[in-house]
Amino acid sequence: MLLSLVIFLPLLGVIAIALLRGMGASTVKGIALIISLLTFLISIGLYYGFDADIEGFQTTDLLRQKLNWVTDLGISYHVGIDGISLWLILLTTFLTPICVIAAWNSIEKGLSGFMMSLLALETGMLGVFCSLDLFLFFVFWESMLIPMYFLIGIWGGERRIYATIKFVLYTMAGSALMLVGILALYFQNDNSFDFVALTQSGPFEHSHLLFLAFFIAFAIKVPLFPFHTWLPDAHVEAPTVGSVILAGVLLKMGTYGIVRFCLPLFPEAAANATSWIIPLAVIGIIYGALVAMVQPDLKKLVAYSSVSHLGFVVLGLFSQSHAGIQGSVLQMINHGLSTGALFLLVGMIYERRHSRMIVDFGGLAKRMPVFATFFLIVTLSSIGLPGLNGFVGEFMILLGSFVKGAFSKWYVVFATTGVILAAVYMLWMFQRVMFGKLDSTNESLRDLNPREIVLLLPILVLIVWIGVYPSSFLNPMKMSVNEVVRKVDTTQNTPAVGQLKFNENSIESGQIIESENIFMTNEEAQIK
Amino acid sequence: MSLNLIVILLISPFVGFLINGLFGKWLKGNEKLSGWIGAIAVLISLVCSIMAFISVNNGNTLEGEAGVLYTWISGENFTFNIGFQVDALTTIMLLVITGVGFLIHVYSIGYMHGDEGYTRYFAYLNLFVFAMLILVLGNNYLLMFVGWEGVGLCSYLLIGFWYEKQSATDAGKKAFIVNRIGDFGFLLGMFTLFAAFGTLDFGSIFTEAEAGGYNPVFGDITLIVATLLLFVGAIGKSAQIPLYVWLPDAMEGPTPVSALIHAATMVTAGVYMIARSAILYNIAHTGWVVAWIGVLTAFFAATIALKQNDIKRILAYSTVSQLGYMFVGVGVGAYASGIFHLVTHAFFKGLMFLTAGSVMHAMSNELDIRKMGGLRSKLPITHATFLIGALAIAGFPFLSGFWSKDEILHSAWGSSPYIYIIGLITAFLTAFYMFRLIFVTFYGESRVDSETASHLHESPSVMWLPLVILAVPSALIGLLLGIGLHNSWLHKFTKDVFPTAHGEMAGNAYLFMAISTIVGLGGILFAWKRYKNRVPAEESTNSLEKLVENKYYIDELYNTFIVQPIKNGSHFLLWKLFDTGIIDGIVNSVAAVVRWFGGTLRRLQTGIVQAYIVSMVIGIVIFLAFYLFVVN
Repeated sequence: MLLSLVIFLPLLGVIAIALLRGMGASTVKGIALIISLLTFLISIGLYYGFDADIEGFQTTDLLRQKLNWVTDLGISYHVGIDGISLWLILLTTFLTPICVIAAWNSIEKGLSGFMMSLLALETGMLGVFCSLDLFLFFVFWESMLIPMYFLIGIWGGERRIYATIKFVLYTMAGSALMLVGILALYFQNDNSFDFVALTQSGPFEHSHLLFLAFFIAFAIKVPLFPFHTWLPDAHVEAPTVGSVILAGVLLKMGTYGIVRFCLPLFPEAAANATSWIIPLAVIGIIYGALVAMVQPDLKKLVAYSSVSHLGFVVLGLFSQSHAGIQGSVLQMINHGLSTGALFLLVGMIYERRHSRMIVDFGGLAKRMPVFATFFLIVTLSSIGLPGLNGFVGEFMILLGSFVKGAFSKWYVVFATTGVILAAVYMLWMFQRVMFGKLDSTNESLRDLNPREIVLLLPILVLIVWIGVYPSSFLNPMKMSVNEVVRKVDTTQNTPAVGQLKFNENSIESGQIIESENIFMTNEEAQIK
Repeated sequence: MSLNLIVILLISPFVGFLINGLFGKWLKGNEKLSGWIGAIAVLISLVCSIMAFISVNNGNTLEGEAGVLYTWISGENFTFNIGFQVDALTTIMLLVITGVGFLIHVYSIGYMHGDEGYTRYFAYLNLFVFAMLILVLGNNYLLMFVGWEGVGLCSYLLIGFWYEKQSATDAGKKAFIVNRIGDFGFLLGMFTLFAAFGTLDFGSIFTEAEAGGYNPVFGDITLIVATLLLFVGAIGKSAQIPLYVWLPDAMEGPTPVSALIHAATMVTAGVYMIARSAILYNIAHTGWVVAWIGVLTAFFAATIALKQNDIKRILAYSTVSQLGYMFVGVGVGAYASGIFHLVTHAFFKGLMFLTAGSVMHAMSNELDIRKMGGLRSKLPITHATFLIGALAIAGFPFLSGFWSKDEILHSAWGSSPYIYIIGLITAFLTAFYMFRLIFVTFYGESRVDSETASHLHESPSVMWLPLVILAVPSALIGLLLGIGLHNSWLHKFTKDVFPTAHGEMAGNAYLFMAISTIVGLGGILFAWKRYKNRVPAEESTNSLEKLVENKYYIDELYNTFIVQPIKNGSHFLLWKLFDTGIIDGIVNSVAAVVRWFGGTLRRLQTGIVQAYIVSMVIGIVIFLAFYLFVVN
């Protein structure tokens, strides 16, 4: 129940705004703020109702709901969470009110439409993270596109149409592949879209192709090199809030999809694909950083830095290790916070100066000391300074990949150079924007106002919190990560050859197989 | 020893940082208060350090579970704690950090007087002390790394303290990035250690390493790989070849910062790390790499110092060179001697930087020694204290440097005569460049311009008092800790931390002392002959001199062959050509093809019903034909 309330409360806000938008801008803003804050507060209840000792999805009625929807087609409204989705849900509900406050004065035309899009988007995103039915998942997945399309297409910059269409088409191309994948799974899942049932069946026929279909859809979202070129355009054209949501949550759809579907459903295919995914991830880390370094536009710089950071996440996800996958999940949150904050900060100087070009700035530290302090801390978080959030995630990813990754350690060595490069592009940017002599055109810039401080402060608290005491975040996700690792760790779970043949035969004869049989280890098979 | 003592020791500077950092705006009107808050925060740490020292001296160390504060990062089969270890090595470092640190805080109260960023300065300085304390207190490599990066951050912030100055922010950035290159090695070293031992705790790693009970991830060379990777970190932090280039530039920061961070404490972190990992280096037999890098750096940096004219840069290259000696010490297995030199150097180099600051203070921030001369009479205290520091570093008999440097050289002889000989030559160069600095600055004719000369004055007491206080240990600490040579107090105090050196010391210790003394005095004498009445020339004509004067063009080489290619390659090849050209080109042409295709097909939709019927009929005919003739 609680879960559904969290998912659909923002949608209620959309309706409320639609009905009451005649009452003026402040009413619209008020509704959006109250609804988004309420959603966040209720979502904290999810954390308190969460039982960290359960493997798999939570089972209490509060956190799990299943209703029949289209029974004949095996479609149900089935929502639930585990230790991985919990954090992404909280990230979403946390960032949305911040976005509402960030948009407070900056949206001049169509405010109600803007807030409605934002809240509708929130429902879509939450739905994606909660769905335990593939059909439902796909519905939410596609429904996110529409409000995002509006956010960039209406409130964006000059080349917004190009950017939106690129964004939508890219995503749709992936979605089409994923739809085929979903249908193929449906027929192998006893004509049901239920995800929980799906995790207990398998291995699936054509698992390599299915893996590919899902993976490409998600890789585009991540975005994994070389599917990333939509991202800089989308970020540059999107309004501040659009960028925050895009970087903060939407990119996590890709990595979430990988950890939720690609890894547990097709462990063997995933293990095989490691040989080309890891190189792509590592190239992404270095390439993203190098290209970020030479960007003259602040937003593009941050966009390319995301390509680099998410390369780390993909690396960790395919490391088949606890530390790596746990680090990746944590890094999804970290990236959401740090990059979200970076876009907010860039938005704040853009509102003052109407430029995002690095050359237009310099010496801002003198005029805007509070802004400089916030910017510095977020920059350091993005660089991965120990004591702040980014380090914990990066360290776990690299450690897990180095120690357990089923690939050459050289990949990890190259990935680790990302640590140097991050310092290069971020500090160089920081120097050019913040230090040096203050230009006369920038002399009238105001420092942050209380509203802006209020919306940055919670992010900063989390940045430090995760850096100093990450256990609050790591412990609840531990069991869920264990479950993923148990499935993907091919060194432990490689099905014995005879066993595999037996499975194929039984699939042909239409039998449903118990998962225990399939994931029997070599040793067990030999004993038998 | 209780964990609480260590927590207070550690937290105190952090509280100072918070007060100055958060309430700086309100403290601005009251400079003195802000400065004293910073100084007292470190004083509390100093008192705690003394208590910890007494405790360790009585045999009560803090180790293992007792030192664990809380679990930091943990998951299935890995746990990293925030835990502390206090033993003989730690307490020596604690005393140096808080002792020298406190004096430099007090000195800064006077030195930074009137600066716009006064409170910010003390906030950063306190944060630095906090991070440095974490570095030496941590009971595992990860926590050491936290401090390691933390001091790097503070160094970055303090080098670029005057952020309106391009050269200062450039230097800060350079320091951070070059250090990150070292940290890259440190990180990989930690990964290797974790893969081998399943933990990063010092205690467990050293015990297992001695017992040989680890997972040989890289076969026989596992520990060699691990120790060399860790050494890469040390090379970055302690400014050794080839990563020393950031330290001379770091002199852009306020002078007390150079004294504290870039002479006495942070830059010695690499030496501390190797001393801490002594057991690993002994088992892996990689010390010779450390020693050779050390001695080459010592020599190389000393030659550069010969031709510099910027008072702080001479001291900076001297620091690089002296750090090289420390690496020789820990590299040849004389860990206690390496740490001994670390301690004496912290005092005399810290002292010399502060006196340099005093000179600058008097000279309106002039740095060029060619524009000084004859300052002895105007700045008597500064001169006297600087002279003590210079004599100490030159190895003048019975002063600090004499004892520690001699121990290192003597140990080096047992390991490799070549290292010893290069070290000895460096000792000569050291004495020479240091006294060149003294004679040109404090003796001879005054070359100070009249404007500056009119208000040439000795520094206020808050500045010269720390100088005098520091001069005492600079002169005497060597005697105190070093007398008895390899059976000195320091060796006994640290005997539980360091593995015993292999074999007896070769040769007669007094003979080595005599040789060192002669070489040191020779350097001083040679400098006196050359520079007692002479000013360094404006331009060198000799091409070798020119090469040295320009620091062998190393910065230019790095810039041309590393920095620029990466920058241009990223801009033109990766971004413009590959990203926007190729990848986006493909994406856009796919879109264009689809559009063209759609546009072409659109023409079929003529809206004329007859046309549709015709095409339908044709289709049916083809279909039927297919079934009739092909399928059948």
